[in-house]
Amino acid sequence: MNRNLQLTADGKLHHLLTLDGLPARILTEILDTAESFVSIGDRDVKKVPLLRGKAVFNLFFENSTRTRTTFEIAAKRLSADVFNLNISTSSQNKGETLLDTVANLSAMQADMFVVRHASSGAPHLIARHVAPHISVVNAGDGRCAHPTQGLLDMFTIRHYKGGFHNLRVAIVGDVLHSRVARSQIHALTTLGCPELRVVAPKTLLPRDVESMGVHVHHTMETGIKDCDVIIMLRLQNERMQGDLLPSAGEYYKNWGLTPDKMKLARPDAIVMHPGPMNRGVEIDSDVADGKHSVILPQVTFGIAVRMAVMSMVAGN
Amino acid sequence: MKIHIKNGRIIDPASGLDAVQDVYLAAGRIVALGQAPADFHANAEIDAAGLVVAPGLVDLAVRLREPGFEYMATLESEMHAAAAGGITSLACPPDTDPPLDEPGLVEMLKFRAKNSPGPRVYPVGALTWKLKGERLTEMAELTEAGCVAFSQADCPTVDTRVLLHALEYASTLNLPVWLRPEDAHLGKGGVVHDGIVSARLGLAAIPVPAETVALATIILLVRETRARVHLCRLSSRAGVEMVRLAKADGLPVTCDVAIHHVHLTDMDVADFNANCHVTPPFRSQRDRDAIRQAIADGVIDAICSDHAPVDDDAKEKPFQESEPGVTGVELLLPLTLKWAREAGLSLADALAPITCKAADILGVDAGRLAVGRPADLCLFDPDATWMVSERSLLSLGKNSPFLGYEMQGRVRYTVIDGHIDYKAN
Repeated sequence: MNRNLQLTADGKLHHLLTLDGLPARILTEILDTAESFVSIGDRDVKKVPLLRGKAVFNLFFENSTRTRTTFEIAAKRLSADVFNLNISTSSQNKGETLLDTVANLSAMQADMFVVRHASSGAPHLIARHVAPHISVVNAGDGRCAHPTQGLLDMFTIRHYKGGFHNLRVAIVGDVLHSRVARSQIHALTTLGCPELRVVAPKTLLPRDVESMGVHVHHTMETGIKDCDVIIMLRLQNERMQGDLLPSAGEYYKNWGLTPDKMKLARPDAIVMHPGPMNRGVEIDSDVADGKHSVILPQVTFGIAVRMAVMSMVAGN
Repeated sequence: MKIHIKNGRIIDPASGLDAVQDVYLAAGRIVALGQAPADFHANAEIDAAGLVVAPGLVDLAVRLREPGFEYMATLESEMHAAAAGGITSLACPPDTDPPLDEPGLVEMLKFRAKNSPGPRVYPVGALTWKLKGERLTEMAELTEAGCVAFSQADCPTVDTRVLLHALEYASTLNLPVWLRPEDAHLGKGGVVHDGIVSARLGLAAIPVPAETVALATIILLVRETRARVHLCRLSSRAGVEMVRLAKADGLPVTCDVAIHHVHLTDMDVADFNANCHVTPPFRSQRDRDAIRQAIADGVIDAICSDHAPVDDDAKEKPFQESEPGVTGVELLLPLTLKWAREAGLSLADALAPITCKAADILGVDAGRLAVGRPADLCLFDPDATWMVSERSLLSLGKNSPFLGYEMQGRVRYTVIDGHIDYKAN
């Protein structure tokens, strides 16, 4: 299989499926392009005509509020025509296959699919089967990738820290089930972050996670010590009590980010979270709303980053 | 029907014979090697110059998809594909729909197979009713109907007590039990090896202990019951080592591996190639290398195709939703030859795990090229190269991870029961 399914023959971004294997020049180009879109949100007329006349289909096979909304805002600010399909409640329930759904929507003259799916690799499958002029943007697939989230996190880090080359970054929580963590890890290792840590109990880490270029820590005491950036992951409700963890309370006590534990990090550390947050489970409200938190700016930057991605793939 | 095969290079892995000699077939048997018997008047002659004349291949796992899965493939299509792959005897696992748990179903399958050209078909009966792992099947009745062994196919037994009793009962009747070691809980929901690729792609994993924990259970129960157990589709280095020790202990166990596990690793899954969705999963390079070594040193007795034709609709899905399985009857020979070339083995050693050693596990008179043996032969050109493609595969299943690979070694004739069953164009 072609690892560069995402790139055109001359090396430009055509689909955005995963950050795994994307070269640093493309990641940087996306961040730079996003930079130019940030100020649009402050204008009276929040629109540019880059995608005028293009049909963007938001195909959400799995529920989402924030991601779908920010993709919709981004597409509309680029003047695209946006169609939202909540497929978990329509054709898939009638037995239509994923590829049939995509073929039908392609027949409606789609130019871009923004896809969220519960199965890892679903956007890859779609990208392999769509007509060459159609671009696929992954809005989260299974546990595999959430590339625009990873990119907006990089944008946020670059915004507050100026770059990646001198940073100590910790990703804390359920890495095993997290597509966000995987995209962050690929982006940070590609962009040259010298020390990337994952912090979690063994039950929430993939067996060979070190092979992705991270250092493994099992306690917050060592894990976030002297970190410049702390990224907290969401703990899904269904995983709080079971064979991976005994209780939300024990999790909070050991791996929740509290003002006390924040003292271990660098004084100017930033705290990030992809949302939605479980206050009192993975993060204390005092930290989530405190001076280190950049959680709301992440959301704002998300629009600019998604505009950058959509304008780039549509242009290539 | 009398056939004279001349000028071929005869290889019999069981005896080590490797010589250019003529072969004479009559009444479904090999009647002479070298000199023609007196009064032999051939009805047909095959000029086998440049070809290897080997025993027909014996494949321990071929899904013919009947009854129940005719939308994936048919008995006729897969029997034909198997013959084209040089296979003259095959065992079919009980994972049909309904499973092979009643004598009537087995008799019907035997009848259908007998009335169709192609290899001899040896059904493997279900060990438990509906493969549910709860109630034993009528193993004596099923044996009478034609079953040669009993298995759970790819459905692991959850209840260890049922497994113990199944082994006790089977050993009472001296019937072999074929088990693929997989712990029902540890493997649940997983689709790839628990390693670098599952970490990167975020696919649910099947850890090595899913195999080794089940193996430990089975081996301990064999020690207890002395049941004859054949272990199917090993995938891990640790698993191979456990079997090595069990054999050294004198336990009555044999084992096989699927040919694709001899060549591929979890790295081949990237990026989400559903043709690499297979059970057990492709594991690491270390595991694959251990498997290759274990075939060479005899710990692994047999290689099979684990043929599982799957239709495109079931494969063209996101990886974890896709149907596992690999189509393989036509690649068993060339991929075995590839392994042997890379391992520096002779042709006779290469063919043993897919002929005589597999036949011994099956417990049938097959896999040997000697006077008096059944006239089941595979004639192949060891140097011919060909490209694996959807067009070049005769199986209705095109689900091969080797699509686009070039193979060396191609079957020219398959002789079954003294008749030319397949002849390449």
